[in-house]
Order: sequence, then C-alpha cells, then structure tokens
Amino acid sequence: MYAFDFERPTTIADAVKALSAEDAQALSGGQTLIPTLKQRLASPSRLVSLTAIPELKGICVADDGALCIGAATSHADVAAEATAYPALAALAGQIGDPAVRNRGTIGGSLANNDPSACYPAAALGSGATIVTDRRKIAADDYFQGMFETALDEGEIITEVRFPVPEKAAYIKFEQPASRFALVGVFVAKYAGGVRVAVTGASEDGVFRWAEAEAALSSDFSAGAIDGLSVGADGMIGDLHGTPEYRAHLVKVLTARAVAAAG
Amino acid sequence: MPKDHGIGASQKRREDVRFLTGRGRYTDDINLPGQAHACFVRSQVAHGRLNGVDTAAAAAMPGVIRVFTGADFEGVGGLPCGWQVTDRHGQPMQEPGHPVLAQGKVRHVGDPIAVVVAETFEQARDAAEMVDVDITELDPVIDMKAALADGAPKVHDDLSSNLCYDWGFVEDNRAAVDEAIRNAHHVTTLELVNNRLVPNAMEPRVAVGDYNFATDDSTLYTTSQNPHVIRLLMGAFVLGIPEHKLRVVAPDVGGGFGSKIFHYAEEAFCTFAAKQLRRPVKWTCQRSESFITDAHGRDHVTKIELALDKEGHFQAIRTETYANMGAYLSTFAPSVPTWLHGTLMAGNYKTPLIYVNVKAVFTNTVPVDAYRGAGRPEATFQLERVIDKAAREMGIDPVEIRRRNFITEFPYATPVAVEYDTGDYHATLDKLLEIADVAGFDKRRAESAKRGKLRGLGLNCYIEACGIAPSQLVGQLGARAGLYESATVRVNATGGLVVMTGSHSHGQGHETSFAQVVADMIGIDENMVEIVHGDTANTPMGMGTYGSRSLAVGGSAMVRATEKIIAKAKKIAAHLMEASPDDIELKDGRFSVAGTDKSVAWGDVTLAAYVPHNYPLEEIEPGLEETAFYDPSNFTYPAGAYACEVEVDPDTGKVTICSFAAADDFGNIVNPMIVDGQVHGGLGQGIGQALLEGAAYDESGQLLTGSYMDYAMPRAGDLPSFTIDHSCQTPCTHNPLGVKGCGEAGAIGSPPAVVNAVVDALQRAGHSNVTHIDMPLTPSRVWAAMQG
Repeated sequence: MYAFDFERPTTIADAVKALSAEDAQALSGGQTLIPTLKQRLASPSRLVSLTAIPELKGICVADDGALCIGAATSHADVAAEATAYPALAALAGQIGDPAVRNRGTIGGSLANNDPSACYPAAALGSGATIVTDRRKIAADDYFQGMFETALDEGEIITEVRFPVPEKAAYIKFEQPASRFALVGVFVAKYAGGVRVAVTGASEDGVFRWAEAEAALSSDFSAGAIDGLSVGADGMIGDLHGTPEYRAHLVKVLTARAVAAAG
Repeated sequence: MPKDHGIGASQKRREDVRFLTGRGRYTDDINLPGQAHACFVRSQVAHGRLNGVDTAAAAAMPGVIRVFTGADFEGVGGLPCGWQVTDRHGQPMQEPGHPVLAQGKVRHVGDPIAVVVAETFEQARDAAEMVDVDITELDPVIDMKAALADGAPKVHDDLSSNLCYDWGFVEDNRAAVDEAIRNAHHVTTLELVNNRLVPNAMEPRVAVGDYNFATDDSTLYTTSQNPHVIRLLMGAFVLGIPEHKLRVVAPDVGGGFGSKIFHYAEEAFCTFAAKQLRRPVKWTCQRSESFITDAHGRDHVTKIELALDKEGHFQAIRTETYANMGAYLSTFAPSVPTWLHGTLMAGNYKTPLIYVNVKAVFTNTVPVDAYRGAGRPEATFQLERVIDKAAREMGIDPVEIRRRNFITEFPYATPVAVEYDTGDYHATLDKLLEIADVAGFDKRRAESAKRGKLRGLGLNCYIEACGIAPSQLVGQLGARAGLYESATVRVNATGGLVVMTGSHSHGQGHETSFAQVVADMIGIDENMVEIVHGDTANTPMGMGTYGSRSLAVGGSAMVRATEKIIAKAKKIAAHLMEASPDDIELKDGRFSVAGTDKSVAWGDVTLAAYVPHNYPLEEIEPGLEETAFYDPSNFTYPAGAYACEVEVDPDTGKVTICSFAAADDFGNIVNPMIVDGQVHGGLGQGIGQALLEGAAYDESGQLLTGSYMDYAMPRAGDLPSFTIDHSCQTPCTHNPLGVKGCGEAGAIGSPPAVVNAVVDALQRAGHSNVTHIDMPLTPSRVWAAMQG
C-alpha cells in the first residue's frame, strides 16, 4: 500500500467536497479497493470514507412501496433487514463470506460494477433507481460495461430504490476459486412484466436477457424459455469457463431462478 | 477398550494448546534486534536476457541499507540439486546452474533479480520499485512437448536442449514389454495430465539471517521441514560456511507438504546479507509471491498402456511421461518423476513386465518438486485410471479386475526394483466395500436420479513407498545424501527426559506421538517426555520430515536410542538391587528382579545415574544419555483402497462428492486420532487436486492462477464427512515399531477415486464416449465432456 491521506466526513455534502480534490477516491466497505491498494495496483492520494455518514445507512420502505437501501448499508444488514424483498435479502446473504458481508456495501458494489458481482444483477433485474448526491439514474441507464457506470467523477451513490416484485429469485453459479458469480441470474416478476438480469457472463458486464423476459412475461414458468438459447458471442471465456459454457449456464440458471421464484 | 496412554492411544495433541491459542512461535514471530528487511525484485517476464540492473535510484531511497544484485553473488555457489538421475543411455542428467540471484538471464516469472534491504519492509518495497531492470524479452517455452521440439528456445543456453533426462526403467525390460504389448489379447491406452499444483501451506515461507561478528557464527531461522539438510546444502554448496559455524533453526512451521523441504534462494540470501551487513536480515514471503516462488508439484503428461490377457490378467505396462522440472532443478526435483514414481508403477498388482519412460523437461515456469506424495500420486493416478478403463472395455467389474491381479504373497519383488515386505490387499478392499456400503450404491443412485442427478461410484487401490529411505539403495539411485534419521534421548536426574530428534514436526503431531512411544517403552507418563526438534544446535544430524518417514525412520531411531537407555538403566538397577542385569525387568516404570519382590523405581535409577554415589563407575559411565541413528533396510509400503461417490449435475457439470471412504493399512498405529487427521488432510488435498486445483500458465509464461481469485483451494464445504478405517494392519516387518507411515496416503489414493466416480456417473448416464476427463474436474470441463 502506498501512503495516502484519509478523510472520514459525516455528511454527504462534506464527502462530495472531499472527493472534489484531485486524485481523491471514495472508499466504502473496501472489499475491492483495499486489496487493490495492498497490491499497489492503485495509488490514490486521498481516500474519502463514506462509512461515517448516517444518511447513507439503513433500509426503509418508501410510500410507493419501493425498498430503499442506503448506499453504505452492508450486505449483512441487507441480508438481515430487507425482509420486504426476500430475493434481494437472499442475494446479499450469499455474497462472499461473513467478513465480506460485514464490510462490503451495496453502494460500493454498484459503483465498482464488477462484471461478476451479484448486486448489479439485482439492481438491473429489479429496474432499481440509483440515487446519487445530484440525480436519479435508472438501472437501465446506469450499467455501461465492465467496471463502467453512469457515475461522474466524484459523484456518490446515496441510495438504491428497488421496486418490490411479485416474485423474484437470484441463482448464482460460483466460480470455484473466487466464489464470485461465474454466472448469476436475477429474475423478477412485476405486474408490468418480467425482468431477467445476468451477471458474470458477458464481456459487457451485467445485461438483460430480452427474449427470456418476453417469454416469461407471457408465461412465468421454467419451461417458457425451453426454446430459447443464448449465443456465446461476447460471453467471457477464461480458465473457469468457455463462452459456450457461460451461455449455456445463462439459460440453465434462468430456468432455475424462475422455478425458485415459484 | 481404547487405550488412554502409550502406543495406540488417541491422545490429544499437546502442541495444539499453543497453536490453537495463538502462542506458536513461527519464523515470522522472530524479530531480532537491529533487524533489517528484504524485498525481492523479481522477473515479471518468463524468459529474458538480463542486460543490466540499475540500483542507483533505489539505493538513494529512504531507509535503504543496500541493494544486492547477481553481481554480489559472483563467486558464491548456486543452489545445489540433491539427486542425480542417470538417463537411458547411462549419461548423467543435464544439470544447469541455479544462481541465488539471476545472472545474465531470467527464466521464470518470479525469478529473483535484485534485493533491497532497508530499515523497514515498506521502505524496502518502495525502493524495490525503483530498481531499474533492463531485460530483453525472449520467447519462452511453457509447453513441455514444444520445449523439446527442434529449434525451441533454450531455458539454459549452456545445455544442449531443454531435456534434463530421458529415463528408462527398467531399461532392460523395454524390448520384452514392447513385445508383450504387441502380442496382448487386449491393450488399454490412456493419455492424461497430472495437473500442476501450488502447495499453499498456510504459513508462507520466511527466512531470518543473523550473524555474530564476535564469534563469526551464522544463524538462519527458516520455515523448513529439514533444518540439517538446509545447513548442509547452504553451508557446503552455496555460502561456504562450515557446519560448525552455521546454525539453522526451523521453529514452529505451519505446514510444508513438501514445499519446505527444498533449499531456496531467499534462505541463502538472508544468511549471506546478514554477514555482509552485520545485521539480521528478514524476508517474509507475500502470498502472491509464494505462488511464483514456492516449488510447485506434479505436472506430468502421461501416456499409459496396459496389456491384458482374455481373463483380465495384467501382462505388461508401458508408460511415457513428460515431467516438468520448471526453470531450474529444485533440490529433489529429478527424483520425483523417476525413483518416487517409476518404482510404484506395479501398484498392488502382479504385472510381470513394466517399462517406464520419463522425459524431464525444462520450461520457463516455477521449478517443480516434491509435493505431498511426490511421484506416487502420479503413478497411482495413471495406473488406477487405466485399470478402470480396461475393466470397462473388457466388461469386467472394477473390483473383480483388481482382485484378479492382486499381489497376495509377501515379500514380493516387483519388476520395478522394490520389494514389498507385507500387505493384504484383499482385506483392505473387503473393508472398503463394507464401510463404503458399496452394496447400497444402486439404491442411492436411484434416489439421486429422482432429483435429476447423475450418481457415480469410483474406487481404486493404492500403494506407496514410505519410510524414505535405505541410504545405500538411494545412493545407487543417485541421491547425494543419506536418508537415515537420528535421535538423542537425554534422561534427567529426576526421571524426565528429552528426545532430540532429527525429524521435524510441521503439523504431524510428533511432540505427542513420539512421546507416547518413549513413555510406553519405559512405562512412564507421557508428560515426562519432551520432544525437541527443529534446531541444528540441539538435535543430532537428521534428514527431516517428508515421504511419510518420521515415525518409520525417526521413530525407529528414537526406539533404538531408548533401548540403549533402558539397557544401561537396567545395569544401574541391577547394581542397586545387587542382581544380574539379565534378571532385570522393566514394567510400568519400575525395575524388578525376576522372581523376587525386589524393585526400584525409574526415578531411583535416573537419580543414581547422575548422583553416582552408589554406582558401578568401574563398569559404566555416569549419566543417562544415548544417541542412535537408524537407516532403514527397506521402504515401508502402506496400501489401501478408496471409494468415492459423486453426484454430477447434468445441466451444469458440477460435481458434488456425496461420500468418500478410505480403508488404509498403515501397519501398527501409535495415535489413531492423529492418523485420522493425517488421512483427512491428505484426502482434502487429493480431492482438491481432482476437483479444484490447477496451476495454469498462459503462452507468455504468466501464471494465470496467481492468487486465490483463480486458484481454487478445497474448503470444508467441498468435502464430505469422511468414512475412514485403518483396522487392517499388516505391520512393517523391518522397523522396530512395525509402522508404515500415513502422511501422504490420502493425497495419493484419492484423485483416481474421484475421477473414476465422475467417469462412472457419466458412463451410466449414457455418455459412453467419456473415458477420461483431466483434472481438475471443474464444472466447465465436465459439462464440455458431456457435450461429446
């Protein structure tokens, strides 16, 4: 780790101000950033911790029924307290291990947008709204490729609003070493239709599987996607799985998620 | 009724009190006054010409004491290789130099180029980034067969090729084996890979060098399985320090699995630099650094052919193996694919003709050396896989084909140079079928099918050669060291005693089990026995711990030394009781005169030895301390049978191990609980190799599995609750304890059981074209196999 200055503001306004400094980097739970720093793969001159800001923490249900989660809420807290959205709570409870879940935050995960992370699938699969210090971004506009998001420099996620579906489930197939999602599929059934979001599989990061959404919107059963298939083009190929294997898993896991959603 | 003390008791491990309460003293816990810290600058490319190293900027960084490069080691010896293999044509293997720091070329990612020594590790690390290394990249050789192609880039320019040796065993059998295979009723052929593994001991390697300017003594504290071997190799071959001026201490060591047998550059560096700087120098390996510097294991590519007659009797075996040496010869690397592998190719079976060919190859990868099992897992895997394939091809039950070929009469001289002293392979197989409930498999398979899962059953036998090793035999085979073991038993005046052993414990529980043996022999409480190991200053010259040798060889030395103690103590007791030494009996810590009610306690005798007021000084010396060296007359041959049941998810290829059963014959057993633990650990590593672990390089020589993000270690959740049994015991016939060794069995016997089970599951599900899948059996690979 290289030397850096450290700030721990207690309001969003102070955090935004601190992040306007040159070469400043936001730090939430640090489950990606701290290992990166320890390996000397990043060298920000200033770290701004977002974990001492009370406004960024907590879970509530809004008047419109949406589940609102403060960006600095840990995975463990979401797993325990997001009872209004059981599939989301279950997803949070499967991220990493207890140490990761006690430190890692939803805002940190979404801001990082690791192509194998779980939360992007939930946010995109739920049509969530990513609220920042300056605007509201629809999930469909937010994810812009591997590690790429719509966030501007210095912009802080403050809250994530999840419309609560009638039914939903997330199925993760773990990469054997890292236990990130080799492929993960989040399926959510809303009155207006079904959303299917896939993480881990694509070189473009989390994506929606439109054909499955259409099929499932008219028939929400695992068999509804029998005739569909996912192409291997653009899928990730690595030591742990070929593009063909990942494409195959997308369909298998989608069917399983539908079955699990009931 | 289970024993609660002595040989055969499942005593809890006394060392665990300190390990489990955080009071172990590992090498990294050692911090000496004035200590400086070393950070290595390592090659980031697999192969390159080293044009120059500019250290000026680094030397000017805060806290830097000195920056060392290869130039500082001119005139210093290279890291030696401890085993010379002779090839098929009677020529010695090609043996390249292995400098402490790179000279002229870098040969693998991680090859050390320079070292910064600074006041703190962070300062050393900061400065290490300022070392300017000028390298002209060269094409690397990564694939073994490509490395042997004409015109391939050479890892070592001064060698004729990348071939270390082309070994034939037994060369005189070659023509007969060829003919038997040509004329056989049936030949089963299998090509397979024994995957490269990264050892991943929980404790990374650490070295602390110290130098006493006043006495000209050097001390190295290091994470080693064999401190005397390090002292000998480093002192005599690298640094030129006589052994009486060099002390090597291996304190508590957190796992080795072979990777801490070898003498590494960092040990020599810290010892050398401490003397140069007249300050202690410490190096602690980072985990990511250990992936590219600890010697890796396995990495064989093999073709095996098994010839059978029409009843399924094995007629001949022929193998051709490419064995990766990596970029340099690690300490015992040449012996692993040869004498630890070829000699086990008979397995548990009476195959009359065997020919093993091994081509050892240099590549631009991390050196490969012994890893838990070392050569024997490679032999067992190919043999037990090809037998399964042959059984399927010939329509013979896999249990039956093994039984038809079992060796049943002992001693048995194999066609591959070893003589099994004892064993009962039918008995361990019978026990396995019972504990694994093989009879109930079909019912369980039907139940799995209801849940949409493909269930398979795999089983295999194994044999290993442990208790390494008879010195004269291994000397003939190319070993450059003896492989005896030593013990000194020092009895104190008040009756307690200290055993100083050349064996080293780094997880094996010697402090408990060794004490059980000595206490049992004398008939005293185990708490009166202290086991001391790991320090060349206070233990006799010993060869350390590996090859499941500690109890069989080190324990035998300890028994011999204790026998000397008892013999002398009997003389003292005889004097005290005015009787003949021949009439003295020792039982439960009391000496008595046979046929009388006269007796003296152990403590009376030990006190007399050190307070010799009433003592036969004209006949025997005072004191009670004896040393013994034990050189075994043969290897020991633990053997057993393992069974694995798996479920394969047909949609994803994911393999779940439902059950794993192991029936082992380890001969006599001192501490059954410790044996259970050794088997559990070995099974965990073997299952890890079969399902999860595998080091992979890309074409440029970068290690793709350089961290736990991509290198999958087995976790508790990957393993079932094991069913193990070691009640089948045919005691070793040639060591005093009748023990065989248990440390490696689990890792040797389990990989074929897992792969046999997965192939069985797929075959039963109609995937008749799937006859083999290379390890690790990741979901991706299993799924791909099912796609045809």
